[in-house]
Amino acid sequence: MGGNATMVDEFLIRAALAGVAVALVAGPLGAFVVWRRMAYFGGALSHMALLGVALGFLLGIQPIFGVAFVVVSAALILSGVHGVRGLSLDTMLGIVAHAALALGLIVAASMDSVRLDLMGYLFGDILAVGWDELIWVWCGAAIVLALLVKLWRPLLNITVHADLAAVEGHNVRRVELLFMLMLALVVALAMKVVGILLVTSMLIIPAASARALARTPEAMGGIAALVGVMSVLSGLWVSYIYDVPAGPGIVAGATVLFALGLTLKPRL
Amino acid sequence: MVSAPATLIEVHNAEVSYGARTVLCGASVTVRAGEIVTLIGPNGAGKTSLVRAMLGLVKPSRGTVVRKPGLRIGYMPQRLNIDPALPLSVRRFLQLGAPGKDYQSALDDVGAGHVVEHPMQNVSGGELQRVMLARALLREPDLLVLDEPVQGVDITGQAELYRLIQDIRKNRGVAVVMVSHDLHVVMAQTDHVICLNHHVCCAGHPEAVSRHPEFVALFGDEIASTLAVYAHDHDHEHGLDGHVQDSHVHGGQCDHGG
Repeated sequence: MGGNATMVDEFLIRAALAGVAVALVAGPLGAFVVWRRMAYFGGALSHMALLGVALGFLLGIQPIFGVAFVVVSAALILSGVHGVRGLSLDTMLGIVAHAALALGLIVAASMDSVRLDLMGYLFGDILAVGWDELIWVWCGAAIVLALLVKLWRPLLNITVHADLAAVEGHNVRRVELLFMLMLALVVALAMKVVGILLVTSMLIIPAASARALARTPEAMGGIAALVGVMSVLSGLWVSYIYDVPAGPGIVAGATVLFALGLTLKPRL
Repeated sequence: MVSAPATLIEVHNAEVSYGARTVLCGASVTVRAGEIVTLIGPNGAGKTSLVRAMLGLVKPSRGTVVRKPGLRIGYMPQRLNIDPALPLSVRRFLQLGAPGKDYQSALDDVGAGHVVEHPMQNVSGGELQRVMLARALLREPDLLVLDEPVQGVDITGQAELYRLIQDIRKNRGVAVVMVSHDLHVVMAQTDHVICLNHHVCCAGHPEAVSRHPEFVALFGDEIASTLAVYAHDHDHEHGLDGHVQDSHVHGGQCDHGG
């Protein structure tokens, strides 16, 4: 019995550590996604992740690198597109995102050598995170968080008014590009936790929940991180006790916290 | 002899295009230290494009824009669209532009001291313009660039704002470039008017401009005659889209945005 209990503890601890790392960075970054009204952009990026997974398997590298490669490339290309032939960026995102998801599913299904755990990638497989992956998740999260702290003021200025920020000496193009890259990296990390179809929820829901409690942008970012961590822990707990899938459990937890937040009166 | 004030920005023969559409062509403007230059013209005349070229936000496809090295510009954009989800007080908004200043007195200077702790999304149109002006001034600029500074402000507020801009120029010696629709105020309070309709129709002292045939053609005899003593014939006409309809001669190879 004793040995069994340690085994259970260990995979649960790994899952919690991975989830917490992603939540800590997805919270404040998600606040920018909300302020910049880019929820759909984040969703589009995450839909492309499956193509990256398939690519990773085809090339025999860690799937997370394949995902990072595809999502970062997509972010770079899309950041330069403002609409094609009179179609808005919104429409273009809808086309590219679902085309990439479909292509990812086709490639994944046609690979003979490996059988992809599709459910795991679409809805997350946090309970299967290994120690090696955990290291990647923490490294990635730490890099993005450090970059976000460094770029916080210029990013906030650009979010308020891009032209004003440019006149005041900020390099708008560069900062926006780095923001896209951060977003792409977090999508790649969050995919492991809640899955491709639920990635945006890790960005949006904690940030939205934090709004009512926050008086400053920094507070909102911090509270969003905290809400994210609480969502991960409560989701894992519910998943463990009632044997429900962990990814959806985490998103459900976040949604409950968001609903609670709605009952509060905004402080600013 | 008094030497001429330093040139802050010199725009020479600038053309600005978005894709195949040329919104501005052959525009030349000089802004000197301490003077108020006002851009007037109908909607879509290229006023904002000219301002953007002056600020370095858009690169002219032809012509040059030269800014004095080290020129400090305080910019007040036409509108601010901050998402309600961003908790940002007026104080914090000012701090983002210029850290470590006395924000209360900066707001008091523009008559908006009472909103310092308000959320940015809750201040009224007139207050917002003053807050943006305060942010521009906190940078201790040599030049203020104001894109329609009285937009969304009621009539009395408009007069107050223009008076405030006048005072700022007088007290701080800062040059001002502004885009405006309000011809009466422009004529009364400006050193140099540039009348724009894809090209520079006419430019000069307000009184001279208000008599200029192109100005009269743009704004109509009635408006022009309330501003100037008389009006006379002009050498070309603009259609509703601003295109020049008959041939005339002026500087540069200008296609009037066609």
